[in-house]
Formats: sequence, structure tokens, C-alpha cells
Amino acid sequence: MAYLKKSPWLLHYDASSCNGCDIEVLACLTPLYDVERFGIINTGNPKHADVFVITGGINEINREVVKNTYEQIPDPKVVVAVGICACSGGVFRECYNMAGGVDQVIPVDVYVPGCAARPESIIDGIVKALGILEEKRTAMKETERQHGN
Amino acid sequence: MTSIITAIVFLILAPLLGGLIAGIDRKVTARMQGRVGPPVLQPFYDVAKLFEKEDVTVTPSQNLYILAYLVFMAVSGAYFFAGGDFLLVIFAFTLAHIFIVLGAYAAYSPYSYIGAERELITLMAYEPMVILTAVGLYMVTGSFYISDIATSTVPAILYLPGVFLGFLTILTIKLRKSPFDISTSHHAHQELVKGLTTEFAGPVLGKIEIAHWYETVVLLGMIYLFFGFNPVLAVVVIALAYLLEIFIDNTFSRMKWQWTMKSGWGVAAILGFLNLVIVYYYYVGV
Ligand code: SF4
Repeated sequence: MAYLKKSPWLLHYDASSCNGCDIEVLACLTPLYDVERFGIINTGNPKHADVFVITGGINEINREVVKNTYEQIPDPKVVVAVGICACSGGVFRECYNMAGGVDQVIPVDVYVPGCAARPESIIDGIVKALGILEEKRTAMKETERQHGN
Repeated sequence: MTSIITAIVFLILAPLLGGLIAGIDRKVTARMQGRVGPPVLQPFYDVAKLFEKEDVTVTPSQNLYILAYLVFMAVSGAYFFAGGDFLLVIFAFTLAHIFIVLGAYAAYSPYSYIGAERELITLMAYEPMVILTAVGLYMVTGSFYISDIATSTVPAILYLPGVFLGFLTILTIKLRKSPFDISTSHHAHQELVKGLTTEFAGPVLGKIEIAHWYETVVLLGMIYLFFGFNPVLAVVVIALAYLLEIFIDNTFSRMKWQWTMKSGWGVAAILGFLNLVIVYYYYVGV
């Protein structure tokens, strides 16, 4: 079934973004881009989320937070790293407290580059993530079936 | 016999109608904000998706409470449309809400605790006005039975304009619209983390959504009772009332719980009670 694709609720977490990428993520929700027309809602609650959007790189303090939040999202779920900081640490990469990109702690499905990432590319990334979400759902069903038999 | 049929028709059609209303609500809201908005069927996609998700549960008992919430909501609605006793409908309706509050309390999370407390406050705020509505309709139609009230030829609205306005006010609270969406709301997610429903995910959240659809249909059905003498007018008023609610939702910001209490009890005391006193002296009392 394709309902997952039609109603992705996303959780936005600001790891250690400079606020540049955050504001672009929020710009997607404004009337100009209006992602709600794809059924996307910004939930703020990991238990309701399907898509985990992270801006900014991972530092030593929020490492556990990101991991914990990720684990609270029910399966199937996808992770989208928005901005070059989230992809690899970006300009903050060499800082003493940085662990690097989001993939240092949790598996990332889609990387959206840019500094700051443009709303168009963020939407693009999320749409790409929806395809992966669907694949994960199929895989989940497959394992469920195998365990059932 | 016909009452059983209407009850069954309600059980089947109400979720469809409620979901459609929710979809239209979102579309109209989006248009009011100058956006395109999601498809009208979006609420159905949402719920279908929720049933596809993994079921993560903190405390198993919370799921039982939510099931009770859904069942009681559906049963009280079915009893309403079967033409049963209005007071019993209100009782079952309140009980359903108590179950969702218990579910939120069972989840042991500070967010759902706050949501549950706020839900109790809203429950307290609107309950007097609901009872006054039933009493008012009884005074003018002479019956507590929905079947009698709905088919009565007395133009209840002419006798009960205050009660009707009071009911519209608490409708805003009951539909969880701004400015009274303090316990859970689609827009308050950031500071409330969706309050009452914080700890519910996947299929259980889907059940809450379906129960809410039932609730919407029953609430709009209550508006019908004021216009039972003219069904066409009743349907028009229901549509207008819902549009008004959407408009209010979009123009007000959230208010504190004290304000919810004051408005709920205020309309009950001023509009509702005063109206009943007048009806009592000039219509029933002579
Ligand atoms: S990618 Fe650029 S805009 Fe985005 S968080 Fe990093 S520094 Fe800020």
C-alpha cells in the first residue's frame, strides 16, 4: 500500500545548526512552498513521526539525544540530513566538540547538501526519502511474514 | 426497528463523513492562509498510514483505554442517532472522554499528564453548557428523547437563541479548535507535543482519530436538534456553524486554560441560564 508516501509526518531536530538550515526547513511550511499539500505535517513528536529531518552536525552533547529520538520513532522511518553540516560536519568539522555528520550516530537515508540547503532541495530530498520509506515498509512486511510462518 | 437501522448506518457512515469533514476543514484552513492545502481525502491517508506503522506502546493498559474511548464514542453516537435519551448520550459521551484522559494518565509521561489535565479542564468547562442544552431542548419540546426533539415541530431555535450561541461556543472547545485547543491540537505540536496523544503512536493514534470523527458527527448532529422543524435549514446552519468554527480557528491564538473555563462557564451562566429563565417564565411557566 502506498499510504505511507501520502502522509509523511516529519520531525525536525536542530542538532547544532547555525539556524540557517532550520529557517529553510520552516520555509517549506510557509504558503510559498506549502509542503502540507503533500500531506506533510511537522509534528514535533517522535512517536508520530515518519521522517526524521536533522539540521546541523552532531556534537558530543547531542549525540545521545539524536540517538534516543531516532529510537523513539516507530518503524518504518527514514532520516534526512539537511545541510552540509548534517551531511559531514561542514565548516564545523574540525571543531573539538564535533563528532561530524549525522551518520556518525544514526543511519542516514538521504543527504541534502547546501549551505544553507534551499527549500526546493529540501523538498526534493524528502520526496526521495518517501520512496525509501516505501521500500522499508515492504521489507518490514516481508520480515513480518517470514516470522509469522 | 428504524432506530436500530439508523444506529447501524451511523456506525458505518459517521467515520466516512467525519473524515471528509476533517479533510474539508484542512483544505478550507489552507485556503484561508493562502495555501493550496492537502487533498480532501488526506485524513483518510493519515489514518491508513497510522495503521501501517509499528505499534510502540509504553504501558499496555493505555491501548485498552483508547479502545474504550473509541467504543464509547461510537456507542453514544449510535444511541444519539437511534433517537435515545439525550441525557444518557451526554453521559456516555463524557465517559468516553474520561477514557482518553485515563489513557493519557496511564502512559506515564509528563507531556501526556499535562495534556490529560488540560483535557479534564476543558471537560469541566464545557459540561455545564451541554447539560443546559439538553434541559433547554426539554423545556421547549417536552422530551429528553432525541427522536422526539428532532421531529418536534416547535422551532426550538426561536426559544433558545442564547442556548444555541452558548452551544456554538463550547463547540469550539469540543472540536479542539483555537483559542481553546489547549489539550491537543494540530498546530500546537511544538509546545504541547500534541498533549493528550503524545504517547500514542501508530494504530492506537489512528483509533483516536477515528473516535474524533465520530465525535464531530455527533456534535454537528446536536446542532440539528435546534432546527428539527426544518431539516434543510438545519443542514445549512450546520455547514455555516462549521465554517464559522474554521474561521475562528484561524483567527485566534491559543488562550490560557483560565480563559477556557471562563468562557465555558460564562456562556453557560449568561447565555444559557438566562435563556432558560426567560423560557421558563414566558413559555412554560404561565
Ligand atoms: S549547512 Fe550552513 S546554513 Fe546549514 S547549519 Fe550548516 S552552516 Fe548553517
